[in-house]
Amino acid sequence: MRTGFLTIYWRDMLRFVRFRTLLFASLVQPALWLAFFGIAMSNNFDRLTATLPATPGIRTVGYLTFIGAGVIAMTTLFTSLFGGTVLLFDKNWGLMRETLSSPLPRIHIIIGIGLSGMTKSFIQAAVIMIFGLLLGVQFFEGYTLTQIFGSLLGIMLFIGAFSLGFLFLSAAIAITMESPEGMQAVITLLTMPFFFTSNALYPANSFPPLLRALSTVNPLTHLVSGIRYFAIGSDFSSIGIHYTYTHGEVLVSFLSLLVFAGIMFLIARWRFSKVTVT
Amino acid sequence: MINILITLLPIQKGSARIAGFDLKTEPEKVRESIGIVFQELTLDRDMTVREILEYHGRLYSMPKTERQKRIDELLDLVELEGKRDTLTRHLSGGMKRRLEIARGLMTRPKVLFMDEPTIGLDPQTRIRIWEYLRDINRQGTTIFLTTHYMDEADQLSDRISIIDHGKIIVTGRSWELKNALGEDLIYLETGDNKATAELLKNLDSVKEIREKSKGIIVMVNVDGTYLLPEMMDKLRKGGIKIKAVNLKKPSMDDVFVHYTGRELRDTGAEKGSVVSLRAGGR
Repeated sequence: MRTGFLTIYWRDMLRFVRFRTLLFASLVQPALWLAFFGIAMSNNFDRLTATLPATPGIRTVGYLTFIGAGVIAMTTLFTSLFGGTVLLFDKNWGLMRETLSSPLPRIHIIIGIGLSGMTKSFIQAAVIMIFGLLLGVQFFEGYTLTQIFGSLLGIMLFIGAFSLGFLFLSAAIAITMESPEGMQAVITLLTMPFFFTSNALYPANSFPPLLRALSTVNPLTHLVSGIRYFAIGSDFSSIGIHYTYTHGEVLVSFLSLLVFAGIMFLIARWRFSKVTVT
Repeated sequence: MINILITLLPIQKGSARIAGFDLKTEPEKVRESIGIVFQELTLDRDMTVREILEYHGRLYSMPKTERQKRIDELLDLVELEGKRDTLTRHLSGGMKRRLEIARGLMTRPKVLFMDEPTIGLDPQTRIRIWEYLRDINRQGTTIFLTTHYMDEADQLSDRISIIDHGKIIVTGRSWELKNALGEDLIYLETGDNKATAELLKNLDSVKEIREKSKGIIVMVNVDGTYLLPEMMDKLRKGGIKIKAVNLKKPSMDDVFVHYTGRELRDTGAEKGSVVSLRAGGR
């Protein structure tokens, strides 16, 4: 029964590829964000920051490249937070009785849903990156092929850890809630602070102290930092702000995501042990 | 109760052994040896018939080759071969039920639990499902089913228990339960039901008399066709006017009413129910 989570994974992926419209929408929506919001904002920002003197010797990237990482992170956040919804429907439609009365340990349901959600996030991130490169996002510029592979691996590790954390959280909410409407409301409420206290769309450097503190504990900030480090580099400037990432900082970001995922896993396990489905 | 037996709810009082395993100490073993058909449909609308069975087999760690073989066998048994790759949302109610029965049998359980398996089905489909159940039973699976249809209990079961307010009132084979009510039941409506009961209760062949809203039911130990004329004579001699007479063999409905003390139509769905047990052929 050690590979039981693969059964849950298989079923969830089956449903993901089965609904062509849903699949299509989930891939196109982030691309549209980049296309509309990204290009519109990038023109504004670039106009505003055109007067700023470029720091000599440091690579300057446009706003589109800056939020490229933000859009990937944001999409991962949304997809992962909604990734557990299937459990709520399973519970409400009685489908979960089959799974819960089987010999499959409950923990495998959490792991299976986590892994399938993570796979979906990988697919989405890949689509956004390809689309972004076509639109003019300057990722992996001047990288050798080996460096690109290394960076992709790094980005996947960050996205993986981050999405698992939010999928576990989503699973915990789904198994606790009674109605899909309630779940929708809770998740929408949750996305707001995560999204706007992060550095996904704008720099966090000029936040007031409280927002800034929130931003440093926000997993989304750590994900965005990780993606920027791997996709753009450890030393660049954008919108007139100089960014540097040391190896240590990136490692701390990654560890924070792992800790977050671990805590969320424990919460999900606790919620699952409480649930009775009849 | 069925939720406790299938390990969805924890057992609080008492004990139970299923397929030789203790429900309290070996719930995992119990899970591995039972199959379940739930009262409501529990099929994912967006999976195909084959995928439903595949998923179930995988949940129980069946090896791949065995899964495929079993799916072929079961689709043949419940006559759904042609629907193998159809999404379950496109199946009729009867087909869904048959698929659920196939799913319950996927892992070759020792005991199959069924919670009102024929509820809401048309008579033809019901009779077909009964046929599958007899087949499955003959092949050695014990079936534990709950039902509100007395004819279903009567037709299918080796052993029937009547449950009222959560307690088993009586258990026995169908003929034993019916015979306990007597050979025949005679229903009488007369000008004076009380006097009628007084007159008849001392007859040797009368087992018991029960009052109904308009008449009385006389349970008799002998063949009613011969006893009835004798009773009529006795009543007429006693000056009692007879309005209506009916003679019948006791049915499971009568057994149910007899033991729960209520008319069938009065019983709420959850108040009185019959659980029928069926010992496997092995």
